[in-house]
Amino acid sequence: MNFSDDHHFHVATTYPFDAGIGLNRDTVAYISQVKNEEPWLRAFRFQALERFWEMPMPPRLKSHGIDDLDFHSIRYYLANHQGPQRTWDEVPTEVRMTFDRLGIPELERKFLAGVEAQFDSEAAYNRIQDAIAKEGVIFVDSAVGLKKHPEIFKPYFASVVPIGDNKFSALNSAVFSGGSFIYVPKGIKVQQPLQAYFRINAQNFGQFERTLIIVDEGAEVTYMEGCTAPRFGTATLHSAVVELIALKGAKIQYITVQNWSNNVYNLVTKRGVAHENAEIRWIDCNIGSRLTVKYPTILLQGEKARGEVLSIALASDGQIQDTGAKMIHLASNTSSNIIAKSISKGNGWASYRGMIHIHPQLENCKNNTQCDALLINHHSRSDTHPQIIIHGNRHWVQHEASVAKIDEERLYYLQQRGIPPGQAMSLCVNGFVNELIQEFPLEYSVELRRLIDLEIHARQ
Amino acid sequence: MPTLEIRNLTLYRGEKCILDDFSLTIPTGEMHALMGKNGMGKSSLAKAIAGHPDYAMTKGEIIFDGEDIGQLPPELRAQRGIFLAFQHPIEIPGVSLSNFIRSAMNAQNKKMETVAFYKLLYENMDHLGLNREFSSRAMNMGFSGGEKKRCEVLQILMLRPSFVLLDEIDSGLDIDALKVISESLNALRSESFSGLLITHYPRLFDNITPQKVHILESGKITHSGGLEIVRHLETMGYTFTDHNESSGKEMAKSGGV
Repeated sequence: MNFSDDHHFHVATTYPFDAGIGLNRDTVAYISQVKNEEPWLRAFRFQALERFWEMPMPPRLKSHGIDDLDFHSIRYYLANHQGPQRTWDEVPTEVRMTFDRLGIPELERKFLAGVEAQFDSEAAYNRIQDAIAKEGVIFVDSAVGLKKHPEIFKPYFASVVPIGDNKFSALNSAVFSGGSFIYVPKGIKVQQPLQAYFRINAQNFGQFERTLIIVDEGAEVTYMEGCTAPRFGTATLHSAVVELIALKGAKIQYITVQNWSNNVYNLVTKRGVAHENAEIRWIDCNIGSRLTVKYPTILLQGEKARGEVLSIALASDGQIQDTGAKMIHLASNTSSNIIAKSISKGNGWASYRGMIHIHPQLENCKNNTQCDALLINHHSRSDTHPQIIIHGNRHWVQHEASVAKIDEERLYYLQQRGIPPGQAMSLCVNGFVNELIQEFPLEYSVELRRLIDLEIHARQ
Repeated sequence: MPTLEIRNLTLYRGEKCILDDFSLTIPTGEMHALMGKNGMGKSSLAKAIAGHPDYAMTKGEIIFDGEDIGQLPPELRAQRGIFLAFQHPIEIPGVSLSNFIRSAMNAQNKKMETVAFYKLLYENMDHLGLNREFSSRAMNMGFSGGEKKRCEVLQILMLRPSFVLLDEIDSGLDIDALKVISESLNALRSESFSGLLITHYPRLFDNITPQKVHILESGKITHSGGLEIVRHLETMGYTFTDHNESSGKEMAKSGGV
């Protein structure tokens, strides 16, 4: 997959579906009408819009410069068509060219079980391998999911992330479009990953996909999402909501690689519920963006449920990565693991915000948290804000944090072996994130290493 | 033409003068030894020759193979053939030993095909008694003192520098390990391979025999000569000049500082 600097291109295209600039009831009504939605969903959107206006902006976001983002100058819905195509030939040329350049069709041929490619507000392409579809696996965009599978979709929709969870989940609930709906039936183990690619092409635009993944008892799936956008002088907003439901004994692995350009405000709510003996794993790699705020969360609701968050954040000059993880233990014998690594470069600022909450009357819950920060320059900044709330004493919780500057002696050692300083720095940074990068599928890890190299070398 | 010629070097680390008007010549094909008490600047000299950024040359020249390298960055000195075996090799998390050595070889234009590289790497590891599993372990991480030293010599065997600075290569080694390392280094000695041994302990000379020994005291070489210097040291310690000034001066002359 291509995430590197050459993704900063933009194609000229026309949008037959356009909700205009700014946000009000008409915007929401337009989106709901274009998508031909049922009254309950329309009401849901209006209610969400009210909540969005009512809820105050979290002070932490204010200090991160969120006020530079003007909700009245953004376009909330832009689409070429309604309903994705099933072959790349049917996808409009300029859109197809975009995904060609990003390497999506090639990856699909190589190793994916299914692909969804979203261009601005709607999916342009969606296809799942026939063999997997025959087993009953559903992989469609959220609109198709709602229309064709309401019996599964409706009960789970907004059950993990309610409208008023936070200001941006309310915004997403009001104007969402696109995103994936996945259902894996009992006992089905999807061997190859399902891939979604979210592409922002338009200027002054907000992308608000909504993803819902339900994995039935004993079933397994890996979902990967990649996100990029061209570089514009004006602000772009990306505000997704992702809900995962892992039923008894199910396993979900959700992998994100984001390389947003410097003008993107990326405010995402990601949360999963793990039932008895189920396992959810968020693997999250955040590179770029003006500001990213994201704390993947797992509610460990059933006994012996397991949760894991592995995250890498790279904050370059002028960027803020406010990322972390939350583990909410709601049942006994649940365990969670967090490994978060951040790199700050130039005046980049990376924060880790974590929460471990073990509810009362539980026994034998375990959490291990490790967060390591690497600072590359004197102006780089890193903070850690762990919050640990534990009721009862029959639990085992461990928090380890480290902050290190790239050691001069280490660089000298590498240089003394003939390696130039820039490359020595790359080796050290790659070494720092190595154990996490190995967790990504090979196709991603190769690209990730290259991407981190490029970021470290840029403006060195 | 000598391989290394240090002329009238004055060296500072911060405010502190480490070497003052220091000169040393190592002819091509020779291995010399530098001895002296702790804190006399032996390691500093080695680091400065290899271009460590903490050391500032305020006077003098470092000529290597006829070129003044005094202002070159460390990687260019390394690329010209200077290798410093660190007294305390540095740990590099997440970078495997094999990746480290390959990156260094590539940077020095000594690129090898993968298969040939591993064949050579494993041969040398076997020879040095380093378990092959170490090749995928992070560089020096959790290695014992002896393993780190073997790993420094492994890099010499792979990178084939023309000049080696061996800073306390014998410290932390048992007798068997010292023997293995010495054999490997002795096998490299030739017309085109020279170096400087830095040590406290003359026992190393039974294994790696230098052509010449220099004594460093208060920022200067006070005595130079053959192995006979060592016998004086062993009986009188580093202060032998105070007790036996005339013989010291004689040696200095015969050594031709």
